[in-house]
Amino acid sequence: MNRLIKFVVLDIIKNRTILGYTLLLAIFSWSVFGLEDNATKGVLTLLNIMLLIVPLVSIIFSTIYIYNSSEFIDLMVSQPVKRNKIWTSLFIGLSISQILAFVVGVGIPLLLFAPLNIALSMISVGCMISVIFIAIAFLACAITHDKSKGIGVSIMLWLYFALLFDGLVLFLLFQFADYPIEHFMIGITMLSPIDMARILILLQLNVSALLGHTGAIFTDFFGTIIGTFISTFVLCLWAIIPFYLSLRMFNKKDL
Amino acid sequence: MIAIQNISKKFGKLTVLDGASAQFNKGECIALIGPNGCGKTTLIKSILGMVVPNAGNILFNDVSIKNEFLYRNNIGYMPQIGRYPENMSIGQVIDMIKKIRNYNSQLDEELLDLYKIKDLLNKKMRTLSGGTTQKISATIAFLFNPDVLILDEPTAGLDPLAAEILKEKIIKEKQKGKLIIITSHLLSELDELVTQVVFMQDGKIKFHKNTEELKTDTQMPTIAKAITHILKATVHE
Repeated sequence: MNRLIKFVVLDIIKNRTILGYTLLLAIFSWSVFGLEDNATKGVLTLLNIMLLIVPLVSIIFSTIYIYNSSEFIDLMVSQPVKRNKIWTSLFIGLSISQILAFVVGVGIPLLLFAPLNIALSMISVGCMISVIFIAIAFLACAITHDKSKGIGVSIMLWLYFALLFDGLVLFLLFQFADYPIEHFMIGITMLSPIDMARILILLQLNVSALLGHTGAIFTDFFGTIIGTFISTFVLCLWAIIPFYLSLRMFNKKDL
Repeated sequence: MIAIQNISKKFGKLTVLDGASAQFNKGECIALIGPNGCGKTTLIKSILGMVVPNAGNILFNDVSIKNEFLYRNNIGYMPQIGRYPENMSIGQVIDMIKKIRNYNSQLDEELLDLYKIKDLLNKKMRTLSGGTTQKISATIAFLFNPDVLILDEPTAGLDPLAAEILKEKIIKEKQKGKLIIITSHLLSELDELVTQVVFMQDGKIKFHKNTEELKTDTQMPTIAKAITHILKATVHE
Protein backbone atom coordinates (compact mmCIF):
# COMPACT_ATOMS: atom_id res chain seq x y z
CA MET A 1 0.00 0.00 0.00
CA ASN A 2 2.64 2.51 1.09
CA ARG A 3 4.68 1.78 -2.01
CA LEU A 4 1.72 2.45 -4.25
CA ILE A 5 0.87 5.69 -2.41
CA LYS A 6 4.47 6.83 -2.63
CA PHE A 7 4.51 6.03 -6.31
CA VAL A 8 1.30 8.04 -6.95
CA VAL A 9 2.51 11.07 -4.94
CA LEU A 10 5.89 11.14 -6.71
CA ASP A 11 4.18 10.76 -10.07
CA ILE A 12 1.86 13.70 -9.35
CA ILE A 13 4.70 15.92 -8.15
CA LYS A 14 6.69 15.10 -11.28
CA ASN A 15 3.64 16.15 -13.28
CA ARG A 16 4.23 19.85 -12.33
CA THR A 17 0.54 20.84 -12.67
CA ILE A 18 0.33 20.56 -8.91
CA LEU A 19 3.26 22.98 -8.54
CA GLY A 20 1.46 25.49 -10.75
CA TYR A 21 -1.63 25.10 -8.58
CA THR A 22 0.41 25.71 -5.41
CA LEU A 23 1.92 28.82 -6.97
CA LEU A 24 -1.50 30.10 -8.03
CA LEU A 25 -2.91 29.62 -4.53
CA ALA A 26 0.13 31.34 -3.02
CA ILE A 27 -0.19 34.34 -5.34
CA PHE A 28 -3.88 34.73 -4.47
CA SER A 29 -3.31 34.43 -0.74
CA TRP A 30 -0.34 36.76 -0.54
CA SER A 31 -2.01 39.40 -2.68
CA VAL A 32 -5.25 39.20 -0.66
CA PHE A 33 -3.42 39.79 2.60
CA GLY A 34 -1.20 42.40 0.96
CA LEU A 35 -4.19 44.41 -0.20
CA GLU A 36 -6.37 44.12 2.92
CA ASP A 37 -5.07 45.46 6.21
CA ASN A 38 -8.03 43.96 8.10
CA ALA A 39 -7.29 40.28 8.67
CA THR A 40 -10.96 39.23 8.93
CA LYS A 41 -11.77 40.89 5.61
CA GLY A 42 -8.74 39.20 4.10
CA VAL A 43 -9.89 35.82 5.38
CA LEU A 44 -13.37 36.37 3.91
CA THR A 45 -12.02 37.29 0.49
CA LEU A 46 -9.70 34.32 0.60
CA LEU A 47 -12.57 32.07 1.68
CA ASN A 48 -14.60 33.01 -1.38
CA ILE A 49 -11.69 32.45 -3.73
CA MET A 50 -10.83 29.22 -2.01
CA LEU A 51 -14.36 27.84 -2.21
CA LEU A 52 -14.37 28.44 -5.96
CA ILE A 53 -10.88 27.35 -7.01
CA VAL A 54 -10.08 24.46 -4.68
CA PRO A 55 -13.10 22.36 -5.68
CA LEU A 56 -12.53 23.10 -9.37
CA VAL A 57 -8.88 22.08 -9.39
CA SER A 58 -9.42 19.09 -7.11
CA ILE A 59 -12.23 17.60 -9.16
CA ILE A 60 -10.82 18.26 -12.64
CA PHE A 61 -7.22 17.33 -11.87
CA SER A 62 -8.30 14.13 -10.11
CA THR A 63 -10.65 13.08 -12.90
CA ILE A 64 -7.98 13.54 -15.56
CA TYR A 65 -5.37 11.86 -13.40
CA ILE A 66 -7.53 8.79 -12.77
CA TYR A 67 -8.30 8.37 -16.47
CA ASN A 68 -4.64 8.80 -17.33
CA SER A 69 -3.79 6.14 -14.75
CA SER A 70 -5.84 3.54 -16.58
CA GLU A 71 -2.68 1.81 -17.81
CA PHE A 72 -1.29 1.81 -14.31
CA ILE A 73 -4.55 0.37 -12.98
CA ASP A 74 -4.58 -2.30 -15.71
CA LEU A 75 -1.03 -3.30 -14.92
CA MET A 76 -1.62 -3.46 -11.17
CA VAL A 77 -4.84 -5.46 -11.46
CA SER A 78 -3.00 -8.27 -13.26
CA GLN A 79 -0.39 -8.31 -10.48
CA PRO A 80 -0.97 -9.69 -6.98
CA VAL A 81 -2.44 -6.47 -5.63
CA LYS A 82 -5.87 -6.10 -4.10
CA ARG A 83 -8.25 -3.93 -6.09
CA ASN A 84 -9.22 -2.02 -2.96
CA LYS A 85 -5.59 -1.20 -2.47
CA ILE A 86 -5.09 0.20 -5.98
CA TRP A 87 -8.11 2.49 -5.79
CA THR A 88 -7.46 3.60 -2.20
CA SER A 89 -3.79 4.29 -2.95
CA LEU A 90 -4.77 6.51 -5.86
CA PHE A 91 -7.23 8.33 -3.60
CA ILE A 92 -4.78 8.81 -0.74
CA GLY A 93 -1.97 9.78 -3.12
CA LEU A 94 -4.13 12.42 -4.81
CA SER A 95 -5.38 13.67 -1.43
CA ILE A 96 -1.88 14.00 -0.01
CA SER A 97 -0.63 15.99 -2.99
CA GLN A 98 -3.67 18.30 -3.13
CA ILE A 99 -3.51 18.90 0.62
CA LEU A 100 0.20 19.60 0.39
CA ALA A 101 -0.42 22.13 -2.37
CA PHE A 102 -3.15 23.80 -0.35
CA VAL A 103 -1.19 23.95 2.90
CA VAL A 104 1.87 25.40 1.17
CA GLY A 105 -0.09 27.82 -1.02
CA VAL A 106 -2.77 29.07 1.37
CA GLY A 107 -1.72 27.74 4.76
CA ILE A 108 1.54 29.64 5.13
CA PRO A 109 0.13 33.15 4.46
CA LEU A 110 -2.89 32.34 6.64
CA LEU A 111 -0.68 31.37 9.57
CA LEU A 112 1.31 34.56 9.11
CA PHE A 113 -1.55 37.04 8.74
CA ALA A 114 -4.70 35.62 10.31
CA PRO A 115 -5.43 34.80 13.97
CA LEU A 116 -4.25 31.29 14.75
CA ASN A 117 -7.63 29.64 15.42
CA ILE A 118 -9.15 31.03 12.23
CA ALA A 119 -6.07 30.12 10.20
CA LEU A 120 -6.24 26.56 11.48
CA SER A 121 -9.94 26.13 10.75
CA MET A 122 -9.47 27.64 7.27
CA ILE A 123 -6.68 25.16 6.58
CA SER A 124 -8.68 22.18 7.80
CA VAL A 125 -11.75 23.23 5.83
CA GLY A 126 -9.63 23.73 2.71
CA CYS A 127 -8.14 20.27 3.13
CA MET A 128 -11.58 18.74 3.64
CA ILE A 129 -12.96 20.47 0.55
CA SER A 130 -9.99 19.15 -1.47
CA VAL A 131 -10.59 15.59 -0.28
CA ILE A 132 -14.36 15.84 -0.82
CA PHE A 133 -14.00 16.91 -4.43
CA ILE A 134 -11.38 14.25 -5.07
CA ALA A 135 -13.88 11.70 -3.73
CA ILE A 136 -16.57 13.11 -6.04
CA ALA A 137 -14.14 12.85 -8.95
CA PHE A 138 -13.55 9.18 -8.11
CA LEU A 139 -17.29 8.60 -8.18
CA ALA A 140 -17.59 10.35 -11.55
CA CYS A 141 -14.78 8.16 -12.93
CA ALA A 142 -16.28 4.97 -11.58
CA ILE A 143 -19.65 5.75 -13.16
CA THR A 144 -18.45 6.72 -16.64
CA HIS A 145 -16.19 4.59 -18.82
CA ASP A 146 -15.43 7.31 -21.31
CA LYS A 147 -12.79 9.91 -20.50
CA SER A 148 -14.42 12.95 -22.09
CA LYS A 149 -17.77 12.02 -20.59
CA GLY A 150 -16.16 11.66 -17.16
CA ILE A 151 -14.51 15.08 -17.37
CA GLY A 152 -17.85 16.53 -18.53
CA VAL A 153 -19.62 15.01 -15.54
CA SER A 154 -16.97 16.44 -13.23
CA ILE A 155 -17.31 19.95 -14.67
CA MET A 156 -21.10 19.75 -14.35
CA LEU A 157 -20.80 18.62 -10.74
CA TRP A 158 -18.47 21.51 -9.95
CA LEU A 159 -20.81 24.00 -11.63
CA TYR A 160 -23.69 22.57 -9.67
CA PHE A 161 -22.01 22.72 -6.28
CA ALA A 162 -20.19 26.02 -6.78
CA LEU A 163 -22.82 28.06 -8.60
CA LEU A 164 -26.15 26.40 -9.34
CA PHE A 165 -26.83 25.18 -5.84
CA ASP A 166 -26.95 28.70 -4.40
CA GLY A 167 -29.37 29.73 -7.10
CA LEU A 168 -31.54 26.74 -6.34
CA VAL A 169 -31.61 27.58 -2.64
CA LEU A 170 -32.57 31.19 -3.38
CA PHE A 171 -35.26 30.05 -5.76
CA LEU A 172 -36.74 27.76 -3.12
CA LEU A 173 -36.60 30.54 -0.54
CA PHE A 174 -38.48 32.97 -2.72
CA GLN A 175 -41.02 30.46 -3.93
CA PHE A 176 -41.85 29.24 -0.47
CA ALA A 177 -41.30 32.51 1.40
CA ASP A 178 -44.79 32.29 2.91
CA TYR A 179 -44.19 28.89 4.48
CA PRO A 180 -42.05 27.95 7.48
CA ILE A 181 -39.33 26.13 5.62
CA GLU A 182 -36.39 27.13 7.81
CA HIS A 183 -35.71 23.66 9.19
CA PHE A 184 -36.16 22.14 5.80
CA MET A 185 -33.54 24.57 4.51
CA ILE A 186 -31.02 23.30 7.04
CA GLY A 187 -31.37 19.86 5.50
CA ILE A 188 -30.96 21.34 2.03
CA THR A 189 -27.76 23.15 3.04
CA MET A 190 -26.21 19.86 4.05
CA LEU A 191 -26.54 18.76 0.43
CA SER A 192 -23.76 21.13 -0.57
CA PRO A 193 -20.27 20.66 0.88
CA ILE A 194 -19.28 24.15 -0.24
CA ASP A 195 -22.12 25.75 1.73
CA MET A 196 -21.27 23.62 4.74
CA ALA A 197 -17.65 24.74 4.55
CA ARG A 198 -18.65 28.38 4.25
CA ILE A 199 -20.93 28.16 7.29
CA LEU A 200 -18.23 26.39 9.26
CA ILE A 201 -15.74 29.23 8.67
CA LEU A 202 -18.26 32.02 9.20
CA LEU A 203 -19.23 30.44 12.52
CA GLN A 204 -15.61 30.80 13.61
CA LEU A 205 -15.34 34.37 12.33
CA ASN A 206 -18.50 35.42 14.13
CA VAL A 207 -19.67 37.66 11.31
CA SER A 208 -23.35 36.78 11.46
CA ALA A 209 -24.20 39.50 8.97
CA LEU A 210 -22.41 37.50 6.27
CA LEU A 211 -23.85 34.14 7.13
CA GLY A 212 -26.71 34.57 4.71
CA HIS A 213 -30.17 33.17 5.24
CA THR A 214 -29.33 29.49 5.65
CA GLY A 215 -26.28 30.22 7.74
CA ALA A 216 -28.29 32.37 10.12
CA ILE A 217 -30.91 29.67 10.54
CA PHE A 218 -28.16 27.14 11.01
CA THR A 219 -26.44 29.09 13.80
CA ASP A 220 -29.74 29.87 15.38
CA PHE A 221 -30.75 26.22 15.34
CA PHE A 222 -27.55 24.56 16.44
CA GLY A 223 -25.53 27.25 18.21
CA THR A 224 -21.84 27.74 17.42
CA ILE A 225 -20.34 24.67 19.05
CA ILE A 226 -22.82 22.03 17.97
CA GLY A 227 -23.04 23.80 14.62
CA THR A 228 -19.31 23.43 14.12
CA PHE A 229 -19.46 19.81 15.13
CA ILE A 230 -22.37 18.96 12.85
CA SER A 231 -20.97 20.76 9.82
CA THR A 232 -17.61 19.00 10.28
CA PHE A 233 -19.42 15.67 10.52
CA VAL A 234 -21.42 16.35 7.35
CA LEU A 235 -18.24 17.33 5.52
CA CYS A 236 -16.62 14.04 6.55
CA LEU A 237 -19.63 12.16 5.20
CA TRP A 238 -19.25 14.06 1.94
CA ALA A 239 -15.76 12.63 1.56
CA ILE A 240 -16.49 9.11 2.76
CA ILE A 241 -19.74 8.30 0.97
CA PRO A 242 -18.74 9.14 -2.64
CA PHE A 243 -15.42 7.37 -2.23
CA TYR A 244 -17.00 4.30 -0.69
CA LEU A 245 -19.53 4.09 -3.55
CA SER A 246 -16.77 4.46 -6.14
CA LEU A 247 -14.72 1.75 -4.42
CA ARG A 248 -17.62 -0.67 -4.59
CA MET A 249 -18.10 0.07 -8.28
CA PHE A 250 -14.39 -0.27 -9.02
CA ASN A 251 -14.28 -3.69 -7.37
CA LYS A 252 -16.86 -4.94 -9.84
CA LYS A 253 -15.47 -3.13 -12.87
CA ASP A 254 -14.17 -5.06 -15.89
CA LEU A 255 -10.79 -3.94 -17.14
CA MET B 1 -4.54 -26.41 -11.03
CA ILE B 2 -7.08 -24.08 -12.60
CA ALA B 3 -10.68 -25.18 -12.71
CA ILE B 4 -13.22 -23.11 -14.60
CA GLN B 5 -16.75 -23.97 -13.63
CA ASN B 6 -19.61 -22.83 -15.76
CA ILE B 7 -18.65 -19.19 -16.06
CA SER B 8 -20.75 -16.70 -17.94
CA LYS B 9 -20.07 -13.08 -18.75
CA LYS B 10 -22.21 -10.49 -20.42
CA PHE B 11 -21.08 -7.06 -21.58
CA GLY B 12 -24.40 -5.28 -21.73
CA LYS B 13 -26.55 -7.40 -24.03
CA LEU B 14 -23.61 -9.20 -25.60
CA THR B 15 -22.95 -12.64 -24.15
CA VAL B 16 -19.20 -13.21 -24.32
CA LEU B 17 -18.88 -16.31 -22.15
CA ASP B 18 -21.76 -18.72 -21.97
CA GLY B 19 -21.29 -21.42 -19.36
CA ALA B 20 -17.67 -22.26 -20.15
CA SER B 21 -16.05 -25.04 -18.09
CA ALA B 22 -12.53 -26.42 -18.27
CA GLN B 23 -9.80 -27.95 -16.18
CA PHE B 24 -6.11 -27.09 -16.66
CA ASN B 25 -3.42 -29.08 -14.88
CA LYS B 26 0.25 -28.73 -14.08
CA GLY B 27 2.66 -29.60 -16.86
CA GLU B 28 0.16 -29.02 -19.62
CA CYS B 29 0.63 -26.60 -22.46
CA ILE B 30 -2.77 -25.49 -23.62
CA ALA B 31 -3.63 -23.75 -26.85
CA LEU B 32 -6.79 -21.71 -26.52
CA ILE B 33 -8.11 -21.21 -30.02
CA GLY B 34 -11.24 -20.09 -31.77
CA PRO B 35 -12.52 -17.43 -34.15
CA ASN B 36 -12.22 -13.73 -33.32
CA GLY B 37 -14.56 -12.57 -30.59
CA CYS B 38 -15.23 -16.05 -29.24
CA GLY B 39 -14.29 -15.04 -25.69
CA LYS B 40 -10.67 -16.20 -25.41
CA THR B 41 -9.32 -12.99 -23.94
CA THR B 42 -12.34 -12.59 -21.67
CA LEU B 43 -11.75 -16.12 -20.35
CA ILE B 44 -8.11 -15.29 -19.66
CA LYS B 45 -9.00 -12.00 -18.02
CA SER B 46 -11.54 -13.80 -15.83
CA ILE B 47 -8.80 -16.14 -14.61
CA LEU B 48 -6.72 -13.08 -13.76
CA GLY B 49 -9.61 -11.36 -12.01
CA MET B 50 -9.54 -8.43 -14.44
CA VAL B 51 -13.03 -9.32 -15.60
CA VAL B 52 -15.59 -10.35 -13.01
CA PRO B 53 -17.88 -13.10 -14.37
CA ASN B 54 -21.64 -12.79 -13.91
CA ALA B 55 -21.99 -16.44 -12.93
CA GLY B 56 -19.83 -19.47 -12.26
CA ASN B 57 -16.67 -20.12 -10.36
CA ILE B 58 -12.95 -20.22 -11.01
CA LEU B 59 -10.76 -22.27 -8.69
CA PHE B 60 -7.02 -21.84 -8.48
CA ASN B 61 -5.42 -24.75 -6.59
CA ASP B 62 -8.92 -25.64 -5.33
CA VAL B 63 -9.58 -22.18 -3.88
CA SER B 64 -12.09 -19.81 -5.44
CA ILE B 65 -10.39 -16.70 -6.81
CA LYS B 66 -13.34 -14.47 -5.94
CA ASN B 67 -12.03 -11.48 -3.93
CA GLU B 68 -8.61 -13.15 -3.78
CA PHE B 69 -5.44 -11.61 -5.12
CA LEU B 70 -2.44 -13.49 -3.70
CA TYR B 71 -2.92 -16.35 -6.16
CA ARG B 72 -1.70 -13.95 -8.85
CA ASN B 73 1.78 -14.34 -7.35
CA ASN B 74 1.82 -17.67 -9.18
CA ILE B 75 0.76 -16.29 -12.54
CA GLY B 76 2.80 -14.58 -15.20
CA TYR B 77 0.57 -12.77 -17.66
CA MET B 78 1.51 -11.45 -21.05
CA PRO B 79 -1.35 -9.33 -22.42
CA GLN B 80 -2.30 -9.13 -26.07
CA ILE B 81 -1.65 -5.39 -26.07
CA GLY B 82 0.54 -4.34 -23.16
CA ARG B 83 -0.49 -1.01 -21.67
CA TYR B 84 2.04 0.68 -19.41
CA PRO B 85 2.17 4.10 -17.72
CA GLU B 86 3.43 6.26 -20.55
CA ASN B 87 5.73 8.60 -18.71
CA MET B 88 7.62 5.84 -16.93
CA SER B 89 10.81 4.35 -18.29
CA ILE B 90 11.23 0.62 -18.85
CA GLY B 91 13.50 0.42 -15.82
CA GLN B 92 10.95 2.16 -13.61
CA VAL B 93 8.13 -0.14 -14.71
CA ILE B 94 10.20 -3.27 -14.04
CA ASP B 95 11.37 -1.89 -10.68
CA MET B 96 7.83 -1.02 -9.66
CA ILE B 97 6.57 -4.52 -10.43
CA LYS B 98 9.53 -6.04 -8.60
CA LYS B 99 8.70 -3.98 -5.53
CA ILE B 100 5.03 -4.86 -5.68
CA ARG B 101 5.68 -8.56 -6.14
CA ASN B 102 8.14 -8.52 -3.24
CA TYR B 103 9.79 -11.58 -4.75
CA ASN B 104 12.70 -12.92 -2.77
CA SER B 105 14.01 -15.82 -4.86
CA GLN B 106 16.22 -15.69 -7.90
CA LEU B 107 14.66 -13.68 -10.74
CA ASP B 108 14.48 -15.29 -14.16
CA GLU B 109 16.29 -12.66 -16.22
CA GLU B 110 16.87 -14.81 -19.29
CA LEU B 111 14.56 -12.82 -21.56
CA LEU B 112 15.87 -9.56 -20.10
CA ASP B 113 19.30 -10.58 -21.37
CA LEU B 114 18.25 -12.19 -24.66
CA TYR B 115 16.13 -9.18 -25.65
CA LYS B 116 18.93 -6.83 -24.50
CA ILE B 117 16.44 -4.82 -22.47
CA LYS B 118 19.19 -3.63 -20.14
CA ASP B 119 20.32 -1.26 -22.92
CA LEU B 120 16.86 0.29 -23.10
CA LEU B 121 16.13 0.80 -19.40
CA ASN B 122 15.98 4.60 -19.68
CA LYS B 123 13.58 4.67 -22.60
CA LYS B 124 10.09 5.99 -21.85
CA MET B 125 7.22 3.57 -22.43
CA ARG B 126 5.43 5.94 -24.83
CA THR B 127 8.39 5.96 -27.22
CA LEU B 128 8.44 2.18 -27.63
CA SER B 129 7.30 0.31 -30.73
CA GLY B 130 4.62 -2.36 -30.46
CA GLY B 131 7.20 -5.13 -30.74
CA THR B 132 9.42 -3.73 -28.00
CA THR B 133 6.39 -3.36 -25.74
CA GLN B 134 5.61 -7.04 -26.39
CA LYS B 135 9.18 -7.92 -25.41
CA ILE B 136 8.74 -6.04 -22.13
CA SER B 137 5.44 -7.84 -21.49
CA ALA B 138 7.11 -11.20 -22.12
CA THR B 139 10.04 -10.35 -19.87
CA ILE B 140 7.74 -9.33 -17.02
CA ALA B 141 5.59 -12.45 -17.44
CA PHE B 142 8.60 -14.77 -17.07
CA LEU B 143 10.55 -12.67 -14.55
CA PHE B 144 9.14 -14.11 -11.34
CA ASN B 145 9.33 -17.79 -12.20
CA PRO B 146 5.54 -18.28 -11.94
CA ASP B 147 3.90 -21.71 -11.91
CA VAL B 148 1.36 -20.62 -14.48
CA LEU B 149 2.06 -18.64 -17.63
CA ILE B 150 -0.82 -17.05 -19.46
CA LEU B 151 0.21 -15.73 -22.85
CA ASP B 152 -2.35 -13.87 -24.95
CA GLU B 153 -1.16 -13.78 -28.56
CA PRO B 154 2.47 -13.86 -27.44
CA THR B 155 4.18 -13.65 -30.82
CA ALA B 156 1.92 -11.08 -32.48
CA GLY B 157 4.09 -8.09 -33.36
CA LEU B 158 7.40 -9.75 -32.57
CA ASP B 159 10.04 -10.08 -35.26
CA PRO B 160 10.89 -13.68 -36.26
CA LEU B 161 14.06 -13.70 -34.18
CA ALA B 162 12.31 -12.46 -31.04
CA ALA B 163 9.42 -14.85 -31.64
CA GLU B 164 11.87 -17.75 -31.86
CA ILE B 165 13.53 -16.74 -28.58
CA LEU B 166 10.13 -16.59 -26.91
CA LYS B 167 9.12 -19.97 -28.31
CA GLU B 168 12.28 -21.60 -27.00
CA LYS B 169 11.69 -20.00 -23.62
CA ILE B 170 8.14 -21.35 -23.53
CA ILE B 171 9.39 -24.88 -24.33
CA LYS B 172 12.01 -24.58 -21.60
CA GLU B 173 9.42 -23.56 -19.01
CA LYS B 174 7.07 -26.29 -20.14
CA GLN B 175 9.79 -28.85 -19.44
CA LYS B 176 10.01 -27.52 -15.88
CA GLY B 177 6.44 -28.74 -15.42
CA LYS B 178 4.63 -25.40 -15.54
CA LEU B 179 1.14 -24.85 -16.76
CA ILE B 180 1.16 -22.73 -19.90
CA ILE B 181 -1.93 -21.29 -21.56
CA ILE B 182 -1.48 -19.72 -24.99
CA THR B 183 -3.92 -18.10 -27.34
CA SER B 184 -2.72 -17.69 -30.86
CA HIS B 185 -3.91 -17.41 -34.40
CA LEU B 186 -0.56 -18.44 -35.79
CA LEU B 187 -1.37 -22.12 -35.77
CA SER B 188 1.86 -23.32 -37.33
CA GLU B 189 3.93 -22.22 -34.36
CA LEU B 190 1.76 -24.11 -31.90
CA ASP B 191 2.80 -27.50 -33.28
CA GLU B 192 5.97 -27.97 -31.29
CA LEU B 193 4.53 -26.45 -28.14
CA VAL B 194 1.12 -27.59 -27.17
CA THR B 195 -0.10 -30.76 -25.54
CA GLN B 196 -3.80 -29.88 -25.46
CA VAL B 197 -6.16 -27.84 -27.56
CA VAL B 198 -9.20 -25.99 -26.25
CA PHE B 199 -11.49 -24.81 -28.99
CA MET B 200 -13.92 -22.00 -28.18
CA GLN B 201 -16.83 -20.69 -30.13
CA ASP B 202 -19.57 -18.19 -29.19
CA GLY B 203 -18.46 -18.13 -25.57
CA LYS B 204 -18.66 -21.89 -25.20
CA ILE B 205 -15.88 -24.43 -25.04
CA LYS B 206 -16.58 -26.72 -28.00
CA PHE B 207 -13.94 -29.29 -27.18
CA HIS B 208 -10.87 -29.89 -25.05
CA LYS B 209 -8.65 -32.62 -26.49
CA ASN B 210 -5.03 -33.56 -26.33
CA THR B 211 -3.13 -33.12 -29.54
CA GLU B 212 -2.73 -36.80 -30.43
CA GLU B 213 -6.44 -37.36 -30.08
CA LEU B 214 -7.12 -34.32 -32.22
CA LYS B 215 -4.81 -35.51 -34.98
CA THR B 216 -6.28 -39.01 -35.11
CA ASP B 217 -9.86 -37.70 -35.00
CA THR B 218 -9.33 -35.41 -37.94
CA GLN B 219 -6.76 -37.63 -39.67
CA MET B 220 -4.45 -34.69 -40.17
CA PRO B 221 -0.67 -34.73 -39.67
CA THR B 222 -0.28 -31.44 -37.82
CA ILE B 223 -2.27 -29.45 -35.30
CA ALA B 224 -2.45 -26.53 -37.68
CA LYS B 225 -4.12 -28.65 -40.36
CA ALA B 226 -6.41 -30.33 -37.85
CA ILE B 227 -7.63 -26.99 -36.57
CA THR B 228 -8.13 -25.52 -40.02
CA HIS B 229 -10.14 -28.63 -40.84
CA ILE B 230 -12.36 -28.05 -37.82
CA LEU B 231 -12.71 -24.33 -38.49
CA LYS B 232 -13.83 -25.05 -42.06
CA ALA B 233 -16.31 -27.62 -40.83
CA THR B 234 -17.83 -25.21 -38.31
CA VAL B 235 -18.13 -22.44 -40.89
CA HIS B 236 -20.00 -24.75 -43.24
CA GLU B 237 -22.48 -25.82 -40.58
